[in-house]
This record gives sequence, C-alpha cells and structure tokens, in this order.
Amino acid sequence: MIHSSLKALSAALASRQISSVELSTLFLDRIDRLNPEINAFVTVDREKTLAMARAADARIAAGNAGPLTGIPIAQKDIFCAEGWLTTCGSRMLSNFVSPYDATVIRKMHAEAGMVSLGKTNMDEFAMGSSNETSYFGSVKNPWDRSRVPGGSSGGSAAAIAARMAPAATGTDTGGSIRQPAGLCNLTGLKPTYGVVSRYGMIAFASSLDQGGPMAGSAEDCALLLNTMVGFDERDSTSLDRPAEDYARDLDKPLAGLRIGLPKEFFGEGCDAKVMAAVQSAIDEYRKLGATIVDVSLPNSHLSVPAYYVIAPAEASSNLSRFDGVRYGYRAPEYGNLDDMYAKTRAQGFGGEVKRRILIGTYVLSHGYYDAYYLQAQRIRRLIANDFVEAFKTCDVILGPTSPSTAFKLGEKSADPVQMYLSDIYTIAVNLAGLPGMSLPCGFVDGLPVGMQLIGNYFDEARLLNVAHRYQQVCDWHLRRPDGID
Amino acid sequence: MNQWEVVIGLETHAQLATVSKIFSGASTAFGADANTQACAVDLALPGVLPVLNKKAVDCAIRFGLAIGAKVAPKSVFARKNYFYPDLPKGYQISQFELPVVVGGQISFPVGSGEKAYEKQVKLTRAHLEEDAGKSLHEDFQGQSGIDLNRAGTPLLEIVTEPDMRSSDEAVAYARTLHALVRWIGICDGNMQEGSFRCDANVSVRRPGQPFGTRREIKNLNSFRFLKEAIDYEVQWQINEIEEGRAIQQATVLFDPDTGETRTMRTKEDAHDYRYFPDPDLLPLVIGADWIARVQGELPELPAQKRERFINELGLSAYDASTLTASQEIADYFESTVAVAGKASAKPCANWVMVDLAARLNKEGLEIAASPVSAAQLGGLIARIADTTISNNIAKKVFEALWTGEGASADEIIEKQGLKQITDTGAIEKLVDEVLAANPGNVAEFRAGKEKAFNALVGQVMKAAKGKANPQQVNDLLRQKLAG
Amino acid sequence: MSLTLEQVQRIAHLARVEVSESEALATQGQLNGIFELIEQMQAVDTRGVEPMAHAQDLSQRLRDDAVTEADRRAAYQSVAPETEAGLYLVPKVIE
Ligand SMILES: [Mg+2]
Ligand SMILES: [Zn+2]
Repeated sequence: MIHSSLKALSAALASRQISSVELSTLFLDRIDRLNPEINAFVTVDREKTLAMARAADARIAAGNAGPLTGIPIAQKDIFCAEGWLTTCGSRMLSNFVSPYDATVIRKMHAEAGMVSLGKTNMDEFAMGSSNETSYFGSVKNPWDRSRVPGGSSGGSAAAIAARMAPAATGTDTGGSIRQPAGLCNLTGLKPTYGVVSRYGMIAFASSLDQGGPMAGSAEDCALLLNTMVGFDERDSTSLDRPAEDYARDLDKPLAGLRIGLPKEFFGEGCDAKVMAAVQSAIDEYRKLGATIVDVSLPNSHLSVPAYYVIAPAEASSNLSRFDGVRYGYRAPEYGNLDDMYAKTRAQGFGGEVKRRILIGTYVLSHGYYDAYYLQAQRIRRLIANDFVEAFKTCDVILGPTSPSTAFKLGEKSADPVQMYLSDIYTIAVNLAGLPGMSLPCGFVDGLPVGMQLIGNYFDEARLLNVAHRYQQVCDWHLRRPDGID
Repeated sequence: MNQWEVVIGLETHAQLATVSKIFSGASTAFGADANTQACAVDLALPGVLPVLNKKAVDCAIRFGLAIGAKVAPKSVFARKNYFYPDLPKGYQISQFELPVVVGGQISFPVGSGEKAYEKQVKLTRAHLEEDAGKSLHEDFQGQSGIDLNRAGTPLLEIVTEPDMRSSDEAVAYARTLHALVRWIGICDGNMQEGSFRCDANVSVRRPGQPFGTRREIKNLNSFRFLKEAIDYEVQWQINEIEEGRAIQQATVLFDPDTGETRTMRTKEDAHDYRYFPDPDLLPLVIGADWIARVQGELPELPAQKRERFINELGLSAYDASTLTASQEIADYFESTVAVAGKASAKPCANWVMVDLAARLNKEGLEIAASPVSAAQLGGLIARIADTTISNNIAKKVFEALWTGEGASADEIIEKQGLKQITDTGAIEKLVDEVLAANPGNVAEFRAGKEKAFNALVGQVMKAAKGKANPQQVNDLLRQKLAG
Repeated sequence: MSLTLEQVQRIAHLARVEVSESEALATQGQLNGIFELIEQMQAVDTRGVEPMAHAQDLSQRLRDDAVTEADRRAAYQSVAPETEAGLYLVPKVIE
C-alpha cells in the first residue's frame, strides 16, 4: 500500500479496502521509524493527523468524498497551517504556531478532505538547494544518506522518496520543487506563476515563488494540482481563469509533439553521465512520435546573475517583518530598539538567509538600484522573451533538471556560488513565470537523474501529458531506494 | 541687505473615507480597542498578501479631477523599506516613481480686506499609501506599546511645489485643501483624530538666490500648530544662518507646549528607503471610462461655486470664500437665496456669515444642525427686502424662529404683530407726540447737537414698539425739525 | 567592483542584522564572490528593454470596500513575544 499511486490509494479508500485512519497510521508509523535518520519532517502531530483522517472517513462514509479525500500528504513547512508549528526552516519561526491557514492548506484540508501528515523540513526561508540551511538540520537523501536531497523542498522530496508520505507540497522560486524531485527520483511540477495562490505561503521572492505538487508520478501530480489551483481573492497575483482538469490529457498520444532542445542546456557544465541519461530519454520521445527541434535561449546564462539580484532584493524586503515584535523569535538580551532588531535578526536567521538579505539590501540601496536591480529586471525581460521565441517552434522544452546528481552533504555549503550554479537550468523558468517540471530519467552510479520539461504559459496539462506518456514506457519513477520498504 | 524670503512646501496626509483598510478587509473605524482592528494582513503575519481597495482609488481619482491634475493611466505601488515598530512589514506600501495623481493646482485668497490677494499653489503629485500604527509611550516598564489599528489605513499624500512664501499662505492653503477634501467627500477632515496631517518643508533664502536647505516639520495636526511651527522654524533658521551656521537637512518635530521644533532622533539612516516596485501588487491601471464615471459623480467644486457667487450673485471674493468653506455652508446659503431671491444675495450672505454663524457658535452647533432652516431664514430675509419688517425686528423674528415660536417668519410676524408701520399718517402722529413731549431734545438739536436727533428717533421707535419704518421716521423727524 | 568592509557594515545596519568584525570580514569575501557572478549582467546592453517586475503582464485587481475581518487579537497575540493591555511591547521608541 505504501508504494501505491494516489489513484490506487483513492480507489482503496473509496472501496473501503482501507480507511484513511489506517492509511494515515501506516505513514505515521513509517515517519516514526525513518524520520529520525532522514530528518524530512520538522513537525509531526499524530493526533491532529488522525483527527483529520477520521473526518475524512466520515466524509467518505457520508458519500461526499472528493477524489483525494482521506489521502495523506506531507506539507512543506513554508505553508501556514492553523494550529501547526510553521517554521519555514528557521529559528526565527521556531515557535510560530500559525493562527491561520494558507489558501493551499485550506483547499487541501477543507475542500479536498486531504490529511496532513506533518510539516517537512526545508532550506531556511526556501533559500538553498541542498536543505543544509535549515535550522532543523540537514535532510538525508534516501538514495544515499551521505548526500543532499536537494532543496529547498528537500524534506518533501525525502519524505516521498522514503515513502513516509505518498505525496507532498513544495514551492519553487528558482528550482526548489524540480531540483529535489530530480535528486530524489520524483516527479514535481512548478505551475505557471499565479495559478496556485501564494496566500499563506511564506514569501521568499514574491514575483518568483510558486507552490506545486511533488509525487511519484505525473499522474499523481495532476491529481494534486487539481486540488491546489484556483483563483484566490486574497492574492493580487492569483489568476482568475476557468477551472481545468489537469489529468484530462494525460493519455494523449505524443505524435506530432515538437520537443525543443535549447543548445544552452546541452553544452559544458553538465555532467556527461547525466547528459547521457537525458539523451536516452530524448530517444524514447522520438519513439513515442515526438519531433525533436533545436531551439535557443541565448540569455539563459544570465539567469543565475539576474536571479541573485531579484530574489535577494525581494527577500530582503519580505523578511523585514521578522523583527521580534509581533511573533517569532526575539533575542533574549538586548539594549535599545535597534539593538533588539539587530540581535533578533542576527540570531534568528541563519548564514545563507543573512547573506541574501545583505545582497538584496545592497542592490536596492541608493546608487546601486539602477546598475543591479533595474538591470536584472531588464535581463529578466530578455530571458522571458527568449522563451516566447523558442515556443514559436516547439511545444515543450526539454533538458536536464540539474547539472549533476545529488552531491555530498557539506560539499558545496562553503561556496555559495557553486551552490547557486546547481540551479542553472531551473531558474530561467521562474524568471519567465512559466510552468516547469522534473521527472526521473535514469540513474548515474545509483543516483537518480531528473529531466526537466518546460511548457508555455498555462500548459501544465500538456507537460503532465508529455511526462505521463514517458512514464508509461519506462520505469525509472517506480524504482525505490535500498532499505526503504 | 537683511531680508529673507521664506519658502514652504506642504505634504498633507489625508485619510480616505473608506470603511476598510487600503490592502485588507479590517475596519478603519476610529477609537477601537488597541489591535482589535489589526487583521493578519495589517499585522504582516508570515505569508499574507495585500489586495487594493477600490474605493481608495476612487477617492484619489476624485481628488485628481478636483484639482485639474492628470490621473495616471498606470501607476505603481512601491515598497519604502525601513524598520520601525509601528510599521509591521518593515516597509510601507506607497507610490514612488509613478503616482496616481500628477500635477494640478489649488487657488485661494490670502488675508482679508485691502491686503487680500489670490494665491495659486501648484501640486507636484498625490499618491496612495498605507498609514502606520501608533507607538504609545506611557510607561510599560520602560517599554513602548504598539497599537496597529491604524496600520493599513488608506492615505492620500498630497505634495505641493515649494510655492508658499509665508506661514499665512501655508495655513490658507491647508485650510483650502482641508475644505476641498471634505467637499468632495474623500476625507472627513477630522484633525484631532489624525485624518488630516501636514508636514511642512521649510527653508529660507535671500530673494533671488537658490533654495536654501530645507527642514521637514512632521505631523502638524492643527492649523494653529502649522503656523506656529513654521514661524518658529523660520526664525530659528534665520538665526542659525545669521550666526554663521549652515542649515542641515533634517526631520523635526514641533512641540506645541514649548512652541519649538527639534530634530527627530530616529530616521537618521532613513534616507535610504530602498524603494522598489511591490512584487505583490500589479500596476494600477485607470481607464478613461473609470475617470469619466468619477467625473460624472463630482459635485460643483468650491472654486467653481466661489466664481459663481462672485459673478452671478455679486458677492465679494471674501464673502464667496467664506460661504464655500464647506459644502454644508454653501448649501445652506444657496437654499437661503433660493427663497429670499437673488436680489437679496448680499443680505443672505451677511445673515449666514454673521447672525446665524454667531448664534450657532454660541450654542456650539454645526450649520447642518441649525434650528433655523435655510428656507426659514430665506423667508425672513424676503420680509426685510419687501419692508414688511425692519432689520431690528428681523433679529427678533430670527430669535423666535430659533426657539421654535413659529414655523415661518410670516407666522411669527403675524402672530406677534410685528409688521412694520409704513403708514405715513400713523408715523407722523407718533413723531408729533414725541416732539411735543421732548422739548429739551428739540432745543439741543436746534443748538447743533446731532446726538439729540438720535435720541428723538429712539423715542419714536420706542413709541412704535420698534415697528415703525426707520427711514420714514428719520425723514419725517427731519422735516418737522426743519420746519 | 568589490564591497568594502564599511559597505558591508552599512548594509548590515540598514538590514538590522548585527555582524561582528570577523563575520563582516567573512561576509565580505562571500558577497564579493557572489557579486563577481552578478557582474556578468553589466556587459549586456539593455537599452530600450522594459524592466520586468512581475511574471505576468496584468493590472492590479481591486477589492470592494467592505469590512471582512473580525477581531482576532487574542489569537494573534498568543504568538507574540511580549504584550500588555492589547499592545505589543518593544524597547522604548524614541522619536
Ligand atoms: Mg512624505
Ligand atoms: Zn506619506
């Protein structure tokens, strides 16, 4: 049961083969057993979870269940959930019990009847690509516990990879769903900006942040996405669009599909074995009837520099609210008001967060704004325009998710620039606001390789279709790490 | 040469007349218990987001149209970043590079009588922003208490060019602006509650020289403080310069108790606000249709009404300004004229500005609560015009209307027999009696004492119980005494 | 370009993050490494390119002026470091 897809679990719940309480208990027990080593969960609250499961069972019994009612899920600890400790991986919020629900949480709990298993570990305030910046310690990759799971949604990824949860929520500001999905052999999708409400999702970089599903397959992601999306009047950037069923096109044949390969994603800088795995996936797509076309994203090499101006700029401002006045951590000892701020923030934030706050403060400060912030915004436009051009000749873009497989814990943590470059293929998608996903496409030395699919705006259903057809003809996504059963 | 020119620009924060905050659905009602009107968005809980209040934008458009400004087809909300405990997000959402209202001007008279002149002040811009909370400094074991009820209240910040040259001009501008925002219904103008606050940028220079360094006096919430603060600041700056010290740009506070300004201790590094477009809010787009709708809803503006009062009703500029100080006064005046007739516009103006105003003032009433309605007053003035009653009797009738002794001037005149005596024969009889009874006065008058004449008039009026037509009494007396 | 130690300290103060001398020194090195990466942008001619502040080219949506939020002070202040009489307490604010 623990390896079943959401669809299978849904069928089992509907046919009363298992109750939500039983299913949730199964996963809670696995968390008890596996989490001490993996460290994927920051907060687990068995009573809360079982209360939700009982409510779900009642809903199923009353005959008003939705497709995912009673399904347990892990929530990235960036989503505020009423009554739950919501830490965002930071000491700053290590005591913050949210007094309200994020829209995504409300949709999953109140509307869909899903059951939260707990809150998953993450890079502090989603700033990181390895989960090593969490105040609650690093997360181990279930495929190799000496390696990182990726980040920032590393706890969510490790939780699913170790089957402590059948699915999880993630958020993606520069690759934080796709990169950990790639490094943990999962399927994860970052939707078009504005499709999933950001209300209650603790902001890192507001113009880039987007929540999305992480699961074992494209089909599961489609089902989850159906529960997460929707217009939210509490989010000014939420898009008011007609509802769609993201699973509707899963089985559509790929004949005639044009897959664009950006030459910039296939040059130097990518591990050769990773590249080989991606190449064999491309061959598979040819067999499925897709046409492969060459495209170019000429400004993509500027995406990391532009991102490390825009994201820290927005973050420096977004994180100003953490000042020790209304909630969260306050330094135990301080002098005057400014000293209270400075000590609270020095102690409450970790090194990477402070680094980005300083970068952001600097690029917005007087005399530097034009050269950095404005220039980065102009380059952002160039990067977005590249995609507009590319999508004139292809339907989806394909490439590697990350330049390498999971790296060793501690390997890059001393060198921020090396860490930043691990998101080199994912960041442009956030800058443009496009949907992107990662799905398993092979292994290198026993470690998963992810490939990335990028779609045009609102083309999530097509991305899921392209991923699903591939997952019908290969079994990479079904492989399990050793010692997880 | 020892002359100094004062240069003043004002930034006014007008609280907009909305029921909810600019970016959240919390109430803006005044006087609630601390922090009971600070919702998750106002408190900047992690994860919350702003959504713009449409009414606040409506108010901004109204203002822009009322001052002949350009309403920007696209304006942008920016974050102004600084740390302060009354600023929960660590930034204020405001407008920076692209404000919603650009340009415009306000004209108003300064001074009265001979020295009165018309002043025109150009506006730089007006932008939408959120208010901050309040720090309470009473002692909480040496700490300050923070109330965030006000945080997120919609404000329109109205910025002038440095066009004013005296504290009188600044106060006249502020009064005119205050009247205007109330007139067009975008601000209740309650200065005690902080709904209308002025910051004054003050500098001095020798005429013809470039602008001097300015200091900004923050948060002046009465016209008197505005004047006192500017006057003090101007004198202070002149003294500094004359004693050889340069003025440093600074933000200062006015202390009404001492009448002095002093430099604020916070905000030293606040000049680096790191403004950038708020990524949570998209550009505010205002189409021609929206502007046209608001234009259609705008009432006749005080400046237009003032012109009309001068041109159509023949009022003086001073009277026209006084009568357009608020919509309520103007409405009352116009309703009075509607009953009394346009020919009586000047007496109507006097009655409203002098007699009625004094009576209201005595009772501490607003004009809207006047016991004498505009129609009643108009009816009364009509009876003066057609000589049914004299001005003196009219005051009695007015008092009777005030105390509710009758529904109209006519009813009171009738009931109390106050109709003026205009019958020459009747008046002549009274005059003869008085002349006969007061030979002393007659003799004094004839000896050249004009005062004695007045005494005789008084005697006649007394005998007529005040109802004799004064002009006729005068004429007849003169005739008889000359004869 | 590279940041001086004074600049690091100034932005740390602007951001209200206390940094010790040694932290400032370490941060200076890291920031300069990051800015080397960022400097790649400077070679690009972006004249005439409209800056992109949002992922979508849309305009702001507006809400009706209505009170939708009730008083939840007790819940909100239950997570506050220090309150009294319904107020958040902070070290004395000096204006
Ligand atoms: Mg100002
Ligand atoms: Zn302001």
